[in-house]
Amino acid sequence: MNAVTPSEMMTIAAARALRSTDVCFVGIGAPSAACNLARLTHAPGITLIYESGTIDTRPDVLPLSIGDGELCDTALTTVSVPEMFRYWLQGGRITVGFLGGAQIDRFANLNTTVVGDYDKPKVRLPGGGGAPEIAIHCGEIFITMQMGSRAFVETLPFITSLGHGTGPGSRERLGVTTKGPTRVITDLCVMEPDAHTCELTVTSLHPGATREAVQGACGWPVRFAADIAETPAPTAEELTVLRDLHARTRRAHSGEV
Amino acid sequence: MASFTTLRDAVAAHVRDGDVVAMEGFTHLIPFAAGHEIIRQGRRDLTLVRMTPDIIYDQMIGMGCARKLVFSWGGNPGVGSLHRMRDAVENQWPHRLDIEEHSHAAMANAYEAGAANLPFAVMRGYKGVTLPEVNPNIRSVTCPFTGEVLAAVPAVRPDVAVIHALRADRRGNVLIEGITGVQKEAVLAARRSIVTVEEIVEDFGPRSPNAVILPHWTVGAIAVVPRGAHPSYAHGYYKRDNAFYQAWDAIARERDAFLAWMEENVMKRADLALEPAR
Repeated sequence: MNAVTPSEMMTIAAARALRSTDVCFVGIGAPSAACNLARLTHAPGITLIYESGTIDTRPDVLPLSIGDGELCDTALTTVSVPEMFRYWLQGGRITVGFLGGAQIDRFANLNTTVVGDYDKPKVRLPGGGGAPEIAIHCGEIFITMQMGSRAFVETLPFITSLGHGTGPGSRERLGVTTKGPTRVITDLCVMEPDAHTCELTVTSLHPGATREAVQGACGWPVRFAADIAETPAPTAEELTVLRDLHARTRRAHSGEV
Repeated sequence: MASFTTLRDAVAAHVRDGDVVAMEGFTHLIPFAAGHEIIRQGRRDLTLVRMTPDIIYDQMIGMGCARKLVFSWGGNPGVGSLHRMRDAVENQWPHRLDIEEHSHAAMANAYEAGAANLPFAVMRGYKGVTLPEVNPNIRSVTCPFTGEVLAAVPAVRPDVAVIHALRADRRGNVLIEGITGVQKEAVLAARRSIVTVEEIVEDFGPRSPNAVILPHWTVGAIAVVPRGAHPSYAHGYYKRDNAFYQAWDAIARERDAFLAWMEENVMKRADLALEPAR
């Protein structure tokens, strides 16, 4: 089997964070791969929900969009989009929201809206979509994104979705009672908010990743936990299932199926 | 009251310069053919409302139809940017585009409020984020029972809603199955509506008693346009053309390539809007 890529390690580490009992609101891209890998390996009972209204969906290939027909065809039921956001998300029925982002800060606030001035943007990004309310209504939030100094930044130009705000007490002061981001899974490491400061702290390094590499890809002076672990390498099963999933997905999206 | 017509006549009668137009379909059933006909008829100064602008609004913005965009997620799903939308926002090409940006939850609530004939929607949201600082239409309201401060956004009340549905029956009742998005809300919130359908059937036949149906007296013009949602999809008819969504990235990246593609595949295809109703 070929060597594990950083992207594969990230997806596999992200998948491991999910439990079979979770009801998970799935973002597109890296989160979707991780959530379906979890479902196909250690968490067969997980309920995956996409914002298009598909509840308990079990796609055979990864959807390109959050509303591919595959999601509806394999769902337990499909509800309207207003119902999805009102009853299921705002109603507090979701245990985990899984998000990606373009930029993140040390308190796990995310930006997917704009780089530069809002009215005269340098780069106009897609915007928030479901994320602003996913971030406050799900029991907790997992985030997965590749590290880089333009992605992990000292100050966000725009806060699209709330993490831990400016530190301890921020969420509570806004009347938000959910936990917020509890884990950030990157291609180099896993970070968790410090119990006292809420600042993202490296708790596990992926095999082969170094502290120097993590710091080099992070725009703020990054903290490391005292008892830092090494992320277990992918098992043969995890890797096989993930690669099969990606291969099926590529065939389907190129129109070969 | 439903009337059967061609897509060309439906757009000519119901979409006017300066209108607020909501063309909905959440990934599924996006009314591409209708959007193309609006482009061909040269509509200008439209306020385009859609949760996910998708390729259809990328095309309409790039062809100069829009003055303002009201939206909540403006990317090419799973692929990247909508380059024509970005060019309009970043460089004012082909001209300036005003934006009113929301979250999905707010847009969905705003459509529902419109359908319910309410002036605004209320929700728990927009906490700790920047968007309310740049969108004056995101405000707050205090619950008269608990004192909780909640987010409020104005209802969406389009001049015209445009949707693509699976089929209509001979009376003009319209059936939607699969991912139903906010289409029912959009039509009920709007003053006028255009519905394109894959086919017209004598009778819907066996169906769930909870099937999503817009009764004939709630819709306006109905036009038959087979594959009228492509490259989006129609549940039970054809799949989402994910290869086209990926190819659009290269087509739309440069202005000249975009204009050439639109000329060849949209402007020269007026025949696609002339399907007889029956």
